[in-house]
Amino acid sequence: MKKYDDSGIAELNKTANYLRKQSLTMIYQRQAGHPGGCLSAADIMAVLYFHVLRIDPQRPGWEGRDRFILSKGHASALLYSALAKRGFFPVSDLDHWGELNCHLQGHPDRLKTAGVDMTSGILGHGIAIACGLAMAARLQRQGFRTYTLLGDGECQGGIVWEGVNACAKYNLGNVTAIVDYNDVQLDGAVHDIMPMEPFADKWRSFRWNVISIDGHDVRQILEALQQAETVASQPTVIIARTIKGKGVSFMENKAHWHGVPPNKQEYEAAMAELEREK
Amino acid sequence: MTDISGLAMREAYGRALADYGAVNTRVVALDADTSSSTLSNFFAKRFPDRFFNFGIAEPCMIDAAVGFALDGMVPFANAFAALVALRALEQVRTCVCYARTNVKIAASYAGVSDFKDGPTHHAITDIAIMRSLPEMTVIVPADSYQAAAFVPLIAEYDGPVYFRLNRAATPAVSQPGESLQIGKGVVRRPGRDVTIAACGSMVGRSLKAAGLLSREGIDAGVLDLHTVKPIDKELIISAARQTGAMVSAEEHTIIGGLGSAVAEVLGESFPVPLVRVGIHDTFARTGPDPDAVMDAFGMGIADIVKACREAIGLKRL
Repeated sequence: MKKYDDSGIAELNKTANYLRKQSLTMIYQRQAGHPGGCLSAADIMAVLYFHVLRIDPQRPGWEGRDRFILSKGHASALLYSALAKRGFFPVSDLDHWGELNCHLQGHPDRLKTAGVDMTSGILGHGIAIACGLAMAARLQRQGFRTYTLLGDGECQGGIVWEGVNACAKYNLGNVTAIVDYNDVQLDGAVHDIMPMEPFADKWRSFRWNVISIDGHDVRQILEALQQAETVASQPTVIIARTIKGKGVSFMENKAHWHGVPPNKQEYEAAMAELEREK
Repeated sequence: MTDISGLAMREAYGRALADYGAVNTRVVALDADTSSSTLSNFFAKRFPDRFFNFGIAEPCMIDAAVGFALDGMVPFANAFAALVALRALEQVRTCVCYARTNVKIAASYAGVSDFKDGPTHHAITDIAIMRSLPEMTVIVPADSYQAAAFVPLIAEYDGPVYFRLNRAATPAVSQPGESLQIGKGVVRRPGRDVTIAACGSMVGRSLKAAGLLSREGIDAGVLDLHTVKPIDKELIISAARQTGAMVSAEEHTIIGGLGSAVAEVLGESFPVPLVRVGIHDTFARTGPDPDAVMDAFGMGIADIVKACREAIGLKRL
């Protein structure tokens, strides 16, 4: 991983703020999307797309690139905002999200949008697909790493743990999973709907290297991703404690904002808050 | 060329996959704890570094196959048809078909060929399910020759394929060395009075039925529609034009499978009577051998003979 300093961290914080505003604007304009989970994962995505991932917007299909699978595909607005800012397609495309002829689908589609490594949307697939990708990379002696970002509610599904098991069996040190652990899902709090604790212990018992961090602290995210690269014999999971709706006070920790777009008044209030944060 | 017509279909496939693995080093094989049944273990023995066992977790195996395909490899995912087409269906729909990843699903023990284990292990709805998925190609080999000969064709075809295999040997219908093409059916027997459009184990049975019918003075033709999707419309229409009556025959429910595919072509392009042979909207039972189960559940040679007479009768109405 590239080195970073205080100014780099400040820059990534600014980028995260930009991604929050851009995602929210997309969701407001389209009157559809998932604000809560975009806001909670914005810092993680800023670090990945603007510091960690070895990618080239000029060559989206470059074989040596790091791979990223947005397993929590409903945070598509966040991914699209990051890809556009990195130059995979014009930022103006974001205004057309969801239009019939726009390449930006409701959930990410690898065939339509440059920079999307894998189609997602139905929860649970990221880790098992990352497993196959990482095995293929090892078999073909390719040095790229595979990253996947999951939601916490997503981890209630069995396919996640099938993939977790398989990554451990094959000692896939080239896989890093990040869980956006905001403790809120569509119907309420994760700890009420179907508790996942002791969460870190679950991953540990599946023989993963586990790093627990504050998912809004850019320095901690950077350090965790750096550490993950040094562990060759095990896959790593970064359990990032986050706040659903982070940065917009009236959205924070509220299940309501999982998949509801803001109205004009709410949008303006939210943007004003995010502007102040910057 | 070695005569493999007597081999179990799964063995012909397993040996062919291992042979092809030497030709194409991008091929990997995955299994879900069934490699000694699907016989992907022939590949595993020759190429242990390219064989991966995911345990009894078909959804994970399919997703991992997707990962291999994303990195340019050609994964053959092996499992029991009943499981891969049902338990892993969401993976197949979203990550294989919608994402159009180059995954090859080798679905073994299809139809009622797992007679011993009973209806839990029968796959009688898989053609209907797989046929309805956009981007999916569905291939049902008629005999061991096809089970082997399709392996390189499937590997070299760019896109998702569902390859439906029987556990045991089925009656041989192919001429060794005959050329095969995905999407192009084969006329196994020309006929004037009625055409039987069959796939899989029912091609051989249909030829036997046609033999019996000829003694009654009925000239029945037999089409081997190994590719159920995309279906060979031209061949079906030209047969319907010649005989004016059709029968479909498959080791599968009559709902949604080959019979439905044939009905769609006829209904839209050249309407003639069609009688479907297959399982009639019921679960089959455990039996002493595949033939006994097939005979008991509407897929006997006698059922095909009867269906041909019915189709001809309808033509005269």
